[in-house]
Amino acid sequence: MHIKQEQQERHTLAVIVDNEAGVLARIAGLFTARGYNIESLTVTDISEDDLISRITIVTSASAPMMEQIIAQLERLVPVHKVVDLTALGPHVERELALVKVAGAGDHRIEALRLADVYRARVVDATTTSFVFEVTGGSDKIDTFVSLMREVGLVEVARTGIVAISRGKDAA
Amino acid sequence: MTAEKSGADILVEALSDLGVEVVFGYPGGAVLPIYDAIFKQTRIKHILVRHEQAATHAAEGYARSTGKPGVVLVTSGPGATNAVTGITDALMDSIPMIVITGQVPTALIGSDAFQEADTVGITRHCSKHNYLIKDPAKLGDTVHEAFHIATSGRPGPVVVDIPKDVQVATAKYKKPGAIQHKTYRPQIKADQSLIESAVEMLAAAERPVFYTGGGVINAGPAASQILRELARITGAPVTSTLMGLGAFPASSDQWLGMLGMHGTYEANLAMNKADLIIALGSRFDDRVTGRLDAFAPNARKVHVDIDRSSMNKTVHVDLPILADVGRAMEDMVRVWKARGHQKNDLSGWWAQITEWRAKKCLEYPASTKEIMPQEAIRKLWEATHKRNPIITTEVGQHQMWAAQHFHFEHPNKWLTSGGLGTMGYGLPAAIGAQMGNPNALVIDIAGEASIQMNIQELGTATQYRLPVKIFILNNEYMGMVRQWQELTYSSRYSESYSDALPDFVKLAEAYNWTGIRIDKPGELEAGIQAMLDAPGPVIVDCRVAKLANCFPMIPSGAAHTEMILQSDQVSGEMDDEAKALV
Repeated sequence: MHIKQEQQERHTLAVIVDNEAGVLARIAGLFTARGYNIESLTVTDISEDDLISRITIVTSASAPMMEQIIAQLERLVPVHKVVDLTALGPHVERELALVKVAGAGDHRIEALRLADVYRARVVDATTTSFVFEVTGGSDKIDTFVSLMREVGLVEVARTGIVAISRGKDAA
Repeated sequence: MTAEKSGADILVEALSDLGVEVVFGYPGGAVLPIYDAIFKQTRIKHILVRHEQAATHAAEGYARSTGKPGVVLVTSGPGATNAVTGITDALMDSIPMIVITGQVPTALIGSDAFQEADTVGITRHCSKHNYLIKDPAKLGDTVHEAFHIATSGRPGPVVVDIPKDVQVATAKYKKPGAIQHKTYRPQIKADQSLIESAVEMLAAAERPVFYTGGGVINAGPAASQILRELARITGAPVTSTLMGLGAFPASSDQWLGMLGMHGTYEANLAMNKADLIIALGSRFDDRVTGRLDAFAPNARKVHVDIDRSSMNKTVHVDLPILADVGRAMEDMVRVWKARGHQKNDLSGWWAQITEWRAKKCLEYPASTKEIMPQEAIRKLWEATHKRNPIITTEVGQHQMWAAQHFHFEHPNKWLTSGGLGTMGYGLPAAIGAQMGNPNALVIDIAGEASIQMNIQELGTATQYRLPVKIFILNNEYMGMVRQWQELTYSSRYSESYSDALPDFVKLAEAYNWTGIRIDKPGELEAGIQAMLDAPGPVIVDCRVAKLANCFPMIPSGAAHTEMILQSDQVSGEMDDEAKALV
């Protein structure tokens, strides 16, 4: 007997929650307990009074499982609302990465040139290293990081995806 | 200006304000201040159990039989971890329960202190919600909110973890007004247009079935009444899940019996051939649906539930209606009558059902030498049903036989662990039910294996003079395990024999109970009568046929049409696909 896998689709969710102790554990735990994927998860408070947090989750699921994920999230007591940005339509997704590169000579020059192409800013420099700050969609950052690998990549830190709908209305 | 009170006093006062009469619990270091506050008052009665798991099941039994929330009080660490099974059980079966757990003082949290456990972490995913209270000023409001969440919407267990220093520290307490939670707002009233669609579907259906569940019981006695009205005006047959038994009277000629794995032939075939299924407070559990791709292939499905995550979870439905099921049924009845709908001509459908009923699927081989377990349940029902007893069960064959052969007319009389399937549930649940219904006849229908999982609670019943009856169908096997091994593993009875059983009669006597043994079919009626005549608690050790199987049965992963009606249809081994299913 073999275990079958289902066809999955990538969705980006915005989850608005009360900024209370344990809320992130509740959400992350729900995903593990029910066997859902988390590809990326970011969280920070977004309201003036620090009472509300926005969690952006990127997950892959089949269509019925996606409906379940949203229903299960909405069932949690501290959750205000869940928005499936992917289903909603046009939206902007961005990620920020800090990329440390070390090297000398041609590698150093090539790293700077590539950074320029990718509109990465130098936020730290020594005679033997740079730290670049780059933002964009995940694909762009993936590509930038893989290019940096060839010219002396030391370390990467990424924020994970944040996303917001296009147009004048809140999602 | 109100004076400040200790956290422990605030807790007791809040519980009292919330109408709590009984708390099931067990003391320990981290709840001593609360126990001292309980000692100094008389409004709330504390029932001392013998193990914290039993406190949770007793609270469930109390809740399920009275409709009021059950309250549990246990200490930190092992007190809380022992309660986890019952908390999970209450979550699966949607039982309103509030569990107060002691915690080490706030300064010691995270230090691996004596009897420290991460209670909110452990119970986060087996409770409806939970709290760790760090400020006594928030204790009162939090307890009120916990009750609101536990008892509204889809009910469930809520855990309130209170560090010992918060129990001692002082603050002001004022009874809050009606709770308007900022995020938690269950939808009670259905969208009117959905109700109208459901009514039109019902009016047009040729082969409708009502498939009801525990949600109808949770919606209160009025929901059970309106279900009867809805069935009466539409003339449609009614089946129910294990959890929903009693919402519709078993004596009604519209009653098909329970559906699902050990449901009746007529109920499962009706689901399979129906053109419309109205699911009312039921959740398409795997024990009900059987093989999903063969479940009710010809039926359009309407699903009324208060929990949106229950909708389209396993079975796609055509019309989901988010609402309290009682309110939704009231609306359906009103719209049906307002539109002047008459009962459809369902005579063809009923003729078909009559044919299925003629299979007499609950018949079993008779015996004059040994007691057939089904016979024992039938005799028990005959002797007691006029007294409208509350029946609790453990988990296994006896539970299914009780569901099949004990017939319920009213809600809140059938207390069983359905979702989690917790052996050891029945005795503490009976204790809780007896506390909530002092004059009722409360019987735990048990198996000899399950009963040993919380057997220590005999002492609790003795202490509080609770006249609960335990009726053990003793076949010296974990019968359901053995049955599956017979069906699936060529009768290799791996570890399913109940060896070294106690003498249950002597055990009863050791706890000051009455012990009765029934060995032969001829002794059954007199034995049951002796049990009923005894004023106090009784254990009946009813020795039944050892290898009887519970049929009908839909094997795991099979369709409703693939029911096994009797043993001779059973093959000895199943393929891996079937073995992998629960």
